[in-house]
Amino acid sequence: MLEVQDLHKAFQPLSGGAPILALGDVSFRVDAGRFIAIVGPSGCGKSTLLLCVAGLMRPTTGTILLGGQPVTGPPENLILVFQEYNQSLMAWRTVLRNVRFGLEGRGRPRVEIDAEARRAIELVGLTGFERHYPWELSGGMQQRVAIARALARRPAVLLMDEPFGSLDALTRNELEDTLLAVWAEVGATILFVTHDIEEAIYLADRVYVLSGRPSRVLEEVEVALPRPRHQLKTREDSRFIAYRHQIYELISRETSRRGPALP
Amino acid sequence: MRARIPWLGLAVLFAAFLAWEAVSRGFAGLGDYVPPPSRMLGMLGQILVSGELLFHAQATLARFAGAYALAAVVAVSAGVAFGSSRVLYSFVEPLVELLRPMPSPATIPIAILFLGIGNEMKIAVTAYACTWPILLNTLDGVRGVDRVLRQTAATFGVGPWRTLFQVVIPAASPQIVTGLRVSLAIALILVTTSEMVVADDGLGFFILDLQRSFRIPEMYAAILALAVLGYLLNQAFLTIDGWVMAWHRLGTRKEVV
Repeated sequence: MLEVQDLHKAFQPLSGGAPILALGDVSFRVDAGRFIAIVGPSGCGKSTLLLCVAGLMRPTTGTILLGGQPVTGPPENLILVFQEYNQSLMAWRTVLRNVRFGLEGRGRPRVEIDAEARRAIELVGLTGFERHYPWELSGGMQQRVAIARALARRPAVLLMDEPFGSLDALTRNELEDTLLAVWAEVGATILFVTHDIEEAIYLADRVYVLSGRPSRVLEEVEVALPRPRHQLKTREDSRFIAYRHQIYELISRETSRRGPALP
Repeated sequence: MRARIPWLGLAVLFAAFLAWEAVSRGFAGLGDYVPPPSRMLGMLGQILVSGELLFHAQATLARFAGAYALAAVVAVSAGVAFGSSRVLYSFVEPLVELLRPMPSPATIPIAILFLGIGNEMKIAVTAYACTWPILLNTLDGVRGVDRVLRQTAATFGVGPWRTLFQVVIPAASPQIVTGLRVSLAIALILVTTSEMVVADDGLGFFILDLQRSFRIPEMYAAILALAVLGYLLNQAFLTIDGWVMAWHRLGTRKEVV
């Protein structure tokens, strides 16, 4: 479904000097309908990777194939959900109008758009809040709106850039479960970037561990944990703990070897 | 939201007026130059009834409206265009930086030279002055639209025009409105100033004419009327702002309702 080949991304700093190589040589494949997580040390270029896959940033070299077609700009059936929900949502629009945003301007009848939007709002558990404004909602609810907005488009692929990173731990757990329920219902392919190792293992079928900058895939960890996942049972599973050890050790070694990664 | 009546402030104001009244009546001859408020208000009623005030106020208001509308349309459009295109702005940036610190009344002689002494000159001068705050604020607002918001529009495959009108301009609107509010005051100042330089109607002309004809209490009354006009225009602006920008005002409040 999604294939990333030899992705390199270099940035030219404004102050001059040598280019910063964010992505060194990233390659991986994602099969349709799977939930894939990406973890890595801070500043390793996880967001850069997602922006490239989403067609919002041009890689320096390398190819991204979506359904066999190269990605040159934002693909139709792929939506990126940002970490900063506050800056991503439109403060002048109600929840319903925010969720409708991605469906507008495409010639679809208003009735249909509204129905799709309401369905998405229901999926994330925000029924009843359609006429609220984003600033009237908590952080977790705002991120749900952003997710609903993406879901309304029924994308084949959902990219998520540390979507729960700005939320408190309890809300994070809540939203993890909401996301899993949504995924079970919708069946999209999800590429989920996080710095939280446990979250990655909890959510995914497979976890890619990235190295520090310039990043490449250090390890591919298949997560053979039963679904549906459970916040307590799954996290206490001995396999969960084994994966956690494995990935944690990989990343610590990376961080100590390279020193603190600069953003 | 309930407006609190500033009793203390109003009491102070009232006391000041009483003091003025007393001083003005108490010193002989002073009343000719600084009439007591009671006489001022009486004169206000008189010029109102005689039709003079409304005649001149309407002339001022018409010029003000024309100039403000012109400036708003031109400056917001230009601000959006320049804010969206770094290349485009680089062409005019030196000119903007050169012209903006110049006090607008200095353009009056130039305007008279090219446009004569009629309404065109006054509207041109006023529109020119208003353009700056609106343009610069719009520019800032458009440039300052969060990158994540633009990326959001992009990931949803929203085209450039829709992005501009449905995302960028609404996001920049608080800043644009700030520019429009600042220009409101500037517009009134420039209209009345240009009316004082050369005109045969308008509140600026009226005030100066009253001074020259030594109708001093009427002069103060006209000045008061001008102040009231400014206040009313501002209130009208705030009311419209309240309807259109409620989402921003409520969204950026520090306390939750």
